[in-house]
Amino acid sequence: MNRFLLPLIGFIVLVGVLAYGLTLKPSEVPSPLIGKPAPDFTLPELASPDATFSPESMKGKVWLLNVWASWCYPCLEEHPIITDLAVSHGLPIVGLNYKDSPEDAIAWLKRNGNAFQHVISDLKGSVGIDYGVYGVPETYVIDRAGIIRYKHIGAISFSQARNEILPLVRKLQE
Amino acid sequence: MIPEIGHFAIVLTLFVAMAQGILGTVGAARGIPAWIAFARPAAHAQFLLVTVSFLALVWSFLAKDFSVLYVAQNSNSQLPWFYRMAATWGGHEGSLLLWLLMQTGWASAVSLFSKQLPDAMVARVLGVLGWVTAGFLLFVLFTSNPFERLVPGAMDGMDLNPLLQDIGLILHPPLLYMGYVGFSVVFAFAIAALLAGQLDSTWARWSRPWATAAWLFLTLGIALGSWWAYFELGWGGWWFWDPVENSSFVPWLIGTALIHSLAVTEKRGSFKNWTVLLAISTFSVSLLGAFLVRSGVLTSVHAFATDPGRGVFLLTLFGAVVGSSLLLFALRAPKVGLGGRFALISRESLLLINNVLLAVAASAVILGTLYPLLLDALGLGKLSVGPPYFNAVFVPLMAPALLLIAAGPTANWKSAKIPAMMKQLVHPAWIAVVVGIGAPFLLGRWSALLAFGIGVSAWIASAVIIGIVQRVRATRSGLMAQPRSWLGMHLAHFGIAVFVAGVTVVMGYESEQDLSMMPGDTVMAGDYEVTFRGVRRATGPNYESEVGDFLLSKNGRAIRSLHPEKRAYFSSDMPMTEAAIDANGLRHVYLSLGEALGDGAWSVRVYYKPFVDWIWIGCVLMALGGLLAISDRRYRLKRRAVRKQRTAEGAGA
Repeated sequence: MNRFLLPLIGFIVLVGVLAYGLTLKPSEVPSPLIGKPAPDFTLPELASPDATFSPESMKGKVWLLNVWASWCYPCLEEHPIITDLAVSHGLPIVGLNYKDSPEDAIAWLKRNGNAFQHVISDLKGSVGIDYGVYGVPETYVIDRAGIIRYKHIGAISFSQARNEILPLVRKLQE
Repeated sequence: MIPEIGHFAIVLTLFVAMAQGILGTVGAARGIPAWIAFARPAAHAQFLLVTVSFLALVWSFLAKDFSVLYVAQNSNSQLPWFYRMAATWGGHEGSLLLWLLMQTGWASAVSLFSKQLPDAMVARVLGVLGWVTAGFLLFVLFTSNPFERLVPGAMDGMDLNPLLQDIGLILHPPLLYMGYVGFSVVFAFAIAALLAGQLDSTWARWSRPWATAAWLFLTLGIALGSWWAYFELGWGGWWFWDPVENSSFVPWLIGTALIHSLAVTEKRGSFKNWTVLLAISTFSVSLLGAFLVRSGVLTSVHAFATDPGRGVFLLTLFGAVVGSSLLLFALRAPKVGLGGRFALISRESLLLINNVLLAVAASAVILGTLYPLLLDALGLGKLSVGPPYFNAVFVPLMAPALLLIAAGPTANWKSAKIPAMMKQLVHPAWIAVVVGIGAPFLLGRWSALLAFGIGVSAWIASAVIIGIVQRVRATRSGLMAQPRSWLGMHLAHFGIAVFVAGVTVVMGYESEQDLSMMPGDTVMAGDYEVTFRGVRRATGPNYESEVGDFLLSKNGRAIRSLHPEKRAYFSSDMPMTEAAIDANGLRHVYLSLGEALGDGAWSVRVYYKPFVDWIWIGCVLMALGGLLAISDRRYRLKRRAVRKQRTAEGAGA
């Protein structure tokens, strides 16, 4: 075979992958968990490992679960938006620190601000498995009855926060 | 009315580009003089038409015509005029129009500066460029028309993304696009040579100045982007291995391999297939970058509004351009000769190793960028690949390439003698060892990696200086009498040394502190004191801000006051930080203001960044080296001289 065809063959494979990539929407993966009760768990708080948190304690509130890590670049990108949702719009947001070293995570929050109501530490990612975490960051909207209503994969943009998440939360709060 | 003129102008450009594409390539193949003659004026006509269209869009921004959708989406009546002008290329549609302006501008430059080239060759080159331009024009007209009207017009616009309200926006995209698009010229030369079946050293000599010109713009564009991220984003880093950064860095790596490979093809006639493949690849990865950034297959900070229709179109364009070029390559390459033979130790073999290292490094960056997408496509889940991967893969690949920079220019073409090379490299070697081991002690902390980085930098810098001194002595003429391309090479290599020194020192000795400060508090940054004196409110043209007041001093002697800001733009309530930096060439003291913590306390970020300027200075030196190289007089030989040379060659053959 003509060895000069190899670049072309490699290129065709690349285009195939890219074409398939176009059919996927990185931020819109349907989650089987939507409409189902949020899996229960008990995890230690990041800052004080003796205290624990469980979703049970948020019953009666519409709240956000934001999965993040200090090693994740898009988390830094969406952090001001998460902070804005918590500070300017008063949403209760729980940060799930995913597969991270607690020292790094604490330093990261100190540097970038901490508007989370609770920050919990999922060292081994076991809760991540229950929630079907694809990658960080991810954000879940959980209603008063503890049902997952919405899941966003990847960094939340300012307009998504404004036009999708906030109206949904307000509707659920009615 | 004016926006419609702009719209009409790009429609006309499409027809001219298609005519140029067909008449140029077919005319050259069949030898029809009238068709060949069409290519040059057609290139100028396209440039003129796109300029009209671009000015129409600029006018729409300056005149605040919010009945144009793109203007309403990307500007606002309170925005100062220079940002309104820069907003022309602040969004997807307008930046494509800028791309087209550059594309046609380069083609016009080719037709202007190619007087010494045969007309048929120019017609082929411009014909290929015409096809590329037509592809982008179709993309603009069908999926991304900046002149689309908004009915009824908006009262006011939505404002430009605050992140983009910076001098960086005015300059960064134009420079970067000049680079990307410039490689399309080299690509067109390669395709033209393949079509004509004339892959020879003349082809390489024609391509070289264009490749170097594109490369120097890309170098400046990337450096400016990094500088912008450092100053504007307030994160204190200069490179993040973000997918969009990578998509500009990959063309740079392959382009660097290309300009070295072209040197071999021009001087020795070797590596022809490899050079042509690199020329095709450089432009292909530029297109790949455009696809990745604009189609939304990857998420990144550089978020362009994404739309699936655009992705499909861009992928089709990418597939058509690159696929047909690679097919042409596969058909023509087997007939291309091998060129001059060379020994195991020779400049050719060193350049070959350098090329392989650069190409592998570029592939590793592409792999890291596409890996998340690939896994996703195979249904294996999603993940993000971060700086640890890139650092682990990239540094070991680049280390030998950096060591070779000093050795390459000392080796002779064809066959090099090791003792002769040793003679030139013995001084750089001991300078590198002494400086590499010694400097970290002076800077305060020793580690093998720091010693290696500083040593490599000293090795390259001293080899450049010694090489220049020896040559000046041997030829008994002044520095300026040396060939400019040779001086340019050394200047660019010296830039690499400065860059490596900057990267090593900043990584090894920077300090980053995140503190809570009360007015009156003092903190140390390196050997400087930073005193917090309070925060006041201020109002800008389209934002309100809180301005911190800090005093920078050394050993109790005041140097200056610094004012980092935290801005709230009226049009969006996402706060923006404006860092304050004191720079003196050897270090930065970098302050950025965080949140108010109550009772007058603020969270403050205090960075001490030694040598960070050297990173960008090194890039500027590389670009200047490129500029020097393209000003070499042998690229401006008159046509007559070339003809004479040809007849001589013909007689000899």
